Amino acid sequence: MAEDYKVIEELTTEEAQTDPLYVPEPVDGASEHIRSFPAAAEFEEKLGYPGERPANWQEVALNKMDELRGKFRSFRLFLDICVKCGACTDKCHYYMGTADPNNMPVGRQDLLRSVYRRYFTLPGKWFPSLVGARDLTEEVLDEWYTYYFQCSECRRCSVFCPYGIDTAEITMAAREILDSVGYGMKYTNEIIGKVFDIGNNLGLPKPALQSTLEDLEEEIEEDTGVPVRLPLDEPADILLVTPSADFFAEPHIDGLIGYAKVFHATGAKWTLSSYASEAANFAMFIGSYENMRRIALRIRKAAIDLGVKRIIIGECGHAWRAAYQFLNTLAGPCDFLDPKYPVPQHICEYTWDAIQAGKQKFDKSQNDHIKLTYHDSCNVARASRMGDYPGGQFDIPRNIIKAVCNNFYEMPEGTTREATLCCGGGGGLLTDDIMEIRKKGGSPRMKALKQARDEYGVNKMAAICAICKSQFTKIMPDHGFAVDDIMSVHQLVSNAIILPGSEQEKELMEEQTEERADAAE
Amino acid sequence: MLTTVYALLYYVAFAVFAGGIAWRVYEYAKTPQPANIVTTPAPVTRAGVVWRMFKEVLFFESLWKSNKWIWIFAQLFHASLWLILVRHARYFIDPVPALVVLAQPFGKYAGLTFVLGALGLLARRMFVARVRYISAPSDYLMLLLFLGIGISGLSMTFVNPVDIVGVKAFFLGLMTFNWQPLPGSPALLIHLGLVALWMLIFPFSKLVHAPGVFFSPTRNMVDNPREKFRPVPWMPAVSEVSFDPPHGTRK
Ligand code: SF4
Ligand code: SF4
Repeated sequence: MAEDYKVIEELTTEEAQTDPLYVPEPVDGASEHIRSFPAAAEFEEKLGYPGERPANWQEVALNKMDELRGKFRSFRLFLDICVKCGACTDKCHYYMGTADPNNMPVGRQDLLRSVYRRYFTLPGKWFPSLVGARDLTEEVLDEWYTYYFQCSECRRCSVFCPYGIDTAEITMAAREILDSVGYGMKYTNEIIGKVFDIGNNLGLPKPALQSTLEDLEEEIEEDTGVPVRLPLDEPADILLVTPSADFFAEPHIDGLIGYAKVFHATGAKWTLSSYASEAANFAMFIGSYENMRRIALRIRKAAIDLGVKRIIIGECGHAWRAAYQFLNTLAGPCDFLDPKYPVPQHICEYTWDAIQAGKQKFDKSQNDHIKLTYHDSCNVARASRMGDYPGGQFDIPRNIIKAVCNNFYEMPEGTTREATLCCGGGGGLLTDDIMEIRKKGGSPRMKALKQARDEYGVNKMAAICAICKSQFTKIMPDHGFAVDDIMSVHQLVSNAIILPGSEQEKELMEEQTEERADAAE
Repeated sequence: MLTTVYALLYYVAFAVFAGGIAWRVYEYAKTPQPANIVTTPAPVTRAGVVWRMFKEVLFFESLWKSNKWIWIFAQLFHASLWLILVRHARYFIDPVPALVVLAQPFGKYAGLTFVLGALGLLARRMFVARVRYISAPSDYLMLLLFLGIGISGLSMTFVNPVDIVGVKAFFLGLMTFNWQPLPGSPALLIHLGLVALWMLIFPFSKLVHAPGVFFSPTRNMVDNPREKFRPVPWMPAVSEVSFDPPHGTRK
């Protein structure tokens, strides 16, 4: 870790450095200096927010709070019913990594709850200091900005709270309130603006997308001898919406190659869309239904325009949540699609179905150099499902992995499945402005990974989230791993799948003939 | 005089308690929950949700996963509270129902475990730095209130028995608007005073977690957002929206 990061004595001990669930004692203000850059006026306005902080900002913010508690039962209820039992206090990876008590889930909620109590509850109006209520001041607003952008909305806390209080809901509301007074975050809001203008987070216009896809087609053909297509804006049965990082970043792009090979092998008619060239929906991070809907509607329009029967989402955690829990609500009903298939589907569901159908050939030995573990991404784990039974979101990716890879190991219990630890970069925090919080928040996951390495010799980790993958390429090198030790699940599929008529198929057949000949001798 | 004060106090306390909770429940029920935000893995059927809530409300399933110490103290506290409430029904119902008679011997000792649970929770609040950090004065006072109720009650059960026939007559009298004198034992007056206070603050405090938990969308929703369309009530239907123009076509 860089030297100028704040060092917490307790977190430097041997135990703290090895136990993934190590819980430090609170240290006041330990991460108060970590602040992302606020958005410029232009980007606030593009999203429908004021560019400047209004003179009556307190009133505006409180009105917004009032509006939100009327619109969202989650927000109103969660502010009311927390009993301060403390069960969540040791569950947030940002708390574990920074020791800042405002990063304890209930501590984070209280930053806003204290103001809510002051203005919207009788005890807070009458006896503020008795119930920990406080006025909405400029300092409070700054504190909100700091700490609500140190939450990855991972929902780990909501699993452990006896009432299911989800701090992510409070964080989203807080960000919406901040935006309502022109105090948004540069990283998230610029990205949302790019989707509105161009169609994806990266700002790749159609020609750039087209040439990237053509390059990939060439690459696959060189590699396999098979002309696998990556169609763009073509009429098809399946619309694939994937995070735009898949077009460009490593190891994401290897996952995209994997999807293309699976579609090819199953003979699917599929397409990407340049208009809806983004599965990510950063408006979810800032709690804005209006902006979220604008992005979701792009998928609807693309699906209608291209005349598809089903929508499939690529590997991305929050995008899968945005699709699974929100697409129907914001851009549905999708009755123009084929009712035989769930709307939307996850690429892993598609691939697992294909594997189960038994028509695809895989050469698992292609992944034999890998000792793999799998990182459950927060939003997949705690805000979605795959398949038709609860927990399918854990099993299906693992089933795929086990079908294409011989060496698979789990990370320690308490750090996987519904209790999975965030990568540290989710929820709109994936910006280099706040690398310190990303690295500290990612440290519990890194410790769990290192345990798997020490115990089983694990050398690679797979994930199905674009943000996780990008985050891990940044933080894994600090922990003795290489940049490419994080992999896409469909990258493993891509390595192992034997396309009909491919070089790999020939090689495999030759090998088998040789083996048979050897055996005959 | 005393009887009048306590009688009026109980009418007010009951009205605030019942009215306040009803109002809270109404508020939660009428506030929409636009998207399905259930915390997964979650049941995919209504019956599954009922089972999940049952485990959550009676056995504190999430708390069990989360922290065994809090779970033990919270269970001691709440399970005892249930027994105590059942036992106390004998002061309001005549003749006393069989169930209440059955609970009597347990209910008597539940007072002790109740106090033990509250003490455990108080100790955590005071001695675990993380919990101390999130505690406001009201959080301590709430536990002290429970301790006060518990200890004054226990003192009547085990140390200084009061005229419980008189107490029962007082409450039955309140319910039939035919006031009967309240026995004047100090422990009883403290006990009843604190209980009335508890009823008065219930709807305005974190105590609303009791009805509130049933409305928690991360727990009470069926995991079916792909199957069931839930429109956002304050947004126009999808047939009435306009779409962003494709890139390069905007003027
Ligand atoms: S676990 Fe839930 S009720 Fe307990 S302190 Fe945390 S948010 Fe509040
Ligand atoms: S949602 Fe995740 S990041 Fe946010 S407070 Fe809860 S555990 Fe921490």
